[in-house]
Amino acid sequence: MRNSSKLLPLGVFAALTLAWHAAVVSSEQRLLPTPWEVVLGIAELAQRGLLIKYVVASLFRVTWGFAVAALLAIPFGLFLGWYRRGEAAVNPFLQILRPISPLAWIPISILWFGVGDGAAIYLIFLASFLPLAVTAMNAGRNVLDVHLNAGRNFGLSQTQLILRVLYPSVLPQLIVGLRITLGIAWLVVVAAEMIAVNSGLGFLIVDARNAGNRYDLVVAGMLMIGLIGLLLDAGMRSLANLKILRWGRAASS
Amino acid sequence: MGPRRLELTLDHCVSYPASNSTKLCVSGVNKTFRRDGKSVHVLEDIDLTVREGEFVCILGPSGCGKSTLLNIVGGFTTATSGRVEIDGEPVRGPDPRRIFVFQERGVFPWLTVEGNISFGLFKLPKHERERRVSHYVHMVGLKGFEQSYPHELSGGMKQRLEVARALAVNPDMLFLDEPFGALDSITRLLMRGELLRIWQAERKTILFVTHDIDESVQLADRVVVMSARPATIRTIIDIDIPHPRELSSRRYLELRDGLLDEIGLAHKV
Ligand SMILES: Nc1ncnc2c1ncn2[C@@H]1O[C@H](COP(=O)(O)OP(=O)(O)OP(=O)(O)O)[C@@H](O)[C@H]1O
Ligand SMILES: [Mg+2]
Repeated sequence: MRNSSKLLPLGVFAALTLAWHAAVVSSEQRLLPTPWEVVLGIAELAQRGLLIKYVVASLFRVTWGFAVAALLAIPFGLFLGWYRRGEAAVNPFLQILRPISPLAWIPISILWFGVGDGAAIYLIFLASFLPLAVTAMNAGRNVLDVHLNAGRNFGLSQTQLILRVLYPSVLPQLIVGLRITLGIAWLVVVAAEMIAVNSGLGFLIVDARNAGNRYDLVVAGMLMIGLIGLLLDAGMRSLANLKILRWGRAASS
Repeated sequence: MGPRRLELTLDHCVSYPASNSTKLCVSGVNKTFRRDGKSVHVLEDIDLTVREGEFVCILGPSGCGKSTLLNIVGGFTTATSGRVEIDGEPVRGPDPRRIFVFQERGVFPWLTVEGNISFGLFKLPKHERERRVSHYVHMVGLKGFEQSYPHELSGGMKQRLEVARALAVNPDMLFLDEPFGALDSITRLLMRGELLRIWQAERKTILFVTHDIDESVQLADRVVVMSARPATIRTIIDIDIPHPRELSSRRYLELRDGLLDEIGLAHKV
C-alpha cells in the first residue's frame, strides 16, 4: 500500500512527460519545447547564475509582502472579530475590496512605488492582506463563548484572556488562512514581476519570450514556479501538523 | 398584613437575615431580555436562599429560565432588577471562588488533560500546581490520560475533566448547568455517583440545573421547582433521604411522584 501510493503518482508523472515529448516530436509546428529541452534550459539558467538570482528575487518579494501583511492583517482582523461591532463597521468596506483582483492594483502600485521591488512587494502585500484579515476576523468571531466565560471565571485579565484563550482558539484557523494566502501571494508575485520589475521568475518568463522566443526558458521558468510553490505549501502544511495544533483538525473533522 | 409584611416580601435577603450558614441569597430577581424591540420576560420575582455546603437542584421545563438564573448567580449576566448576594456581598461578575461548569464543551481543546486542570492555577507555585493536578486527575479517574487532548477522550471523560478543572482552584461554590445532559444514561448514573462522592469529600455549595426529575431526587438536599416562562419558584421540596439513596425506597418514590405532580405530569407514559 505504502509503496504503491508513492509509485502511482511517479508513474503518472513519467507517463505525462513521455506523452508531452511524443506530442511535441510528432507535431509539425513546434508549439512547445520538449521536456529535455526544458531540462537543458534550467541547466543553462543555473550556469548563467540566473536561476538562483531570480528564485531569490521572487522569494524575497513574497517574504516581505506576505510577512508585513500577516503582521498587520492578523491583529487587525482579530480585533474586528473580537469587538463584533468593529466588524459590522468595516466589513462592507472589506467586501467591496475583496473582488478586486490584486493585479488591478498594478498601475497604482507602479505610480506610487515606481518600477522596482517596492511595487511588487506592495502588490503581494495587497493580495495577502485581505484574505488574512478576513480569516482572522472570522477566527476571532468564532471563539466560543463558553471558552471566554470559562477564562473569565478563572480570573483571567483581558490580556491573559487574549493570550490564553483567544490566541490558541484562533491558531488552527489562522494557519490554514496563512497557507492559502501564501499560495495566492506566490501566484501574484509572478504576475507582478511580469510588469513591475526586471528580475524574478515572472520577469524570466516575459524576458525569455521577448528576447528571442526562448520557449524552453519560458517553460523552465514555469516549472520552477510550480516546484517552489509546492515547497512553500509543504512548508506551511508541516506547520499545520504541529502537535499543539492537531486538536483543530480533530475538532473540525 | 401591614406595611411591615410588605417590606418582608420586598427583600428576601433582609427578611431572612444572613445567618452564618447562608451562602447565597437571591432576592426579587427579575430578568427581561430585550432584542429587536421585542422583550421576553424570563424570570419573575425569584427569591432563594442557599446554605453553605448545600446541594440544590433547580428543576423546571425547558426554556423557563434555569440557565438564565444560573448565569445571573454566576455573574455572567446581570439581572434586570433584584439582588444577588454571595457571602453577604453583591455579585459583580464571575469569580474564581465559584466556578461554572458548562456541559463538556467547556474544556479547552488545545490543552491536554493536565493543561486543562492547571488552567486556573497560574497564581500558584509550580509544585503546588503539580500536586493539585495529580490529586484531581486521580479523583476524577483520568489517571494515565494526563497528556491526552480532549478530542481523544469520551464525553463522560471530558465532563469529568471539566469538573476536575473546576475543583482544582478550590472554589467554595459550583454551578452546574445540565452537566450530564449529553451523556448516555449509564454514564450519567455513574457521574451522579462521582459528583456526590466529591461533594461529600469537599463540601462545596452546589447549584445544579436539570430538567430530569430523577436526577434531582437522587442528588439534591432541596429541589427548587420553577414554573414555565416567566419563571417563578413554584415550590421548594426537601429531599430528606440520607445518602446513599435507595432508588426503590418508598420515600424516594413518594418524593419523585410529588415532583411529577408539581410539574403537572401524569405518572404514565
Ligand atoms: N441572550 C438572550 N437573549 C434573548 N433571549 C434569551 C437570551 N438568553 C435566553 N433567552 C430566552 O430566555 C428564555 C430562558 O432561557 P434559558 O436558557 O434560561 O432556559 P432554560 O430553562 O435553561 O432552558 P433549557 O432547559 O432548555 O436549557 C428562553 O426563552 C430564551 O429564548
Ligand atoms: Mg439551559
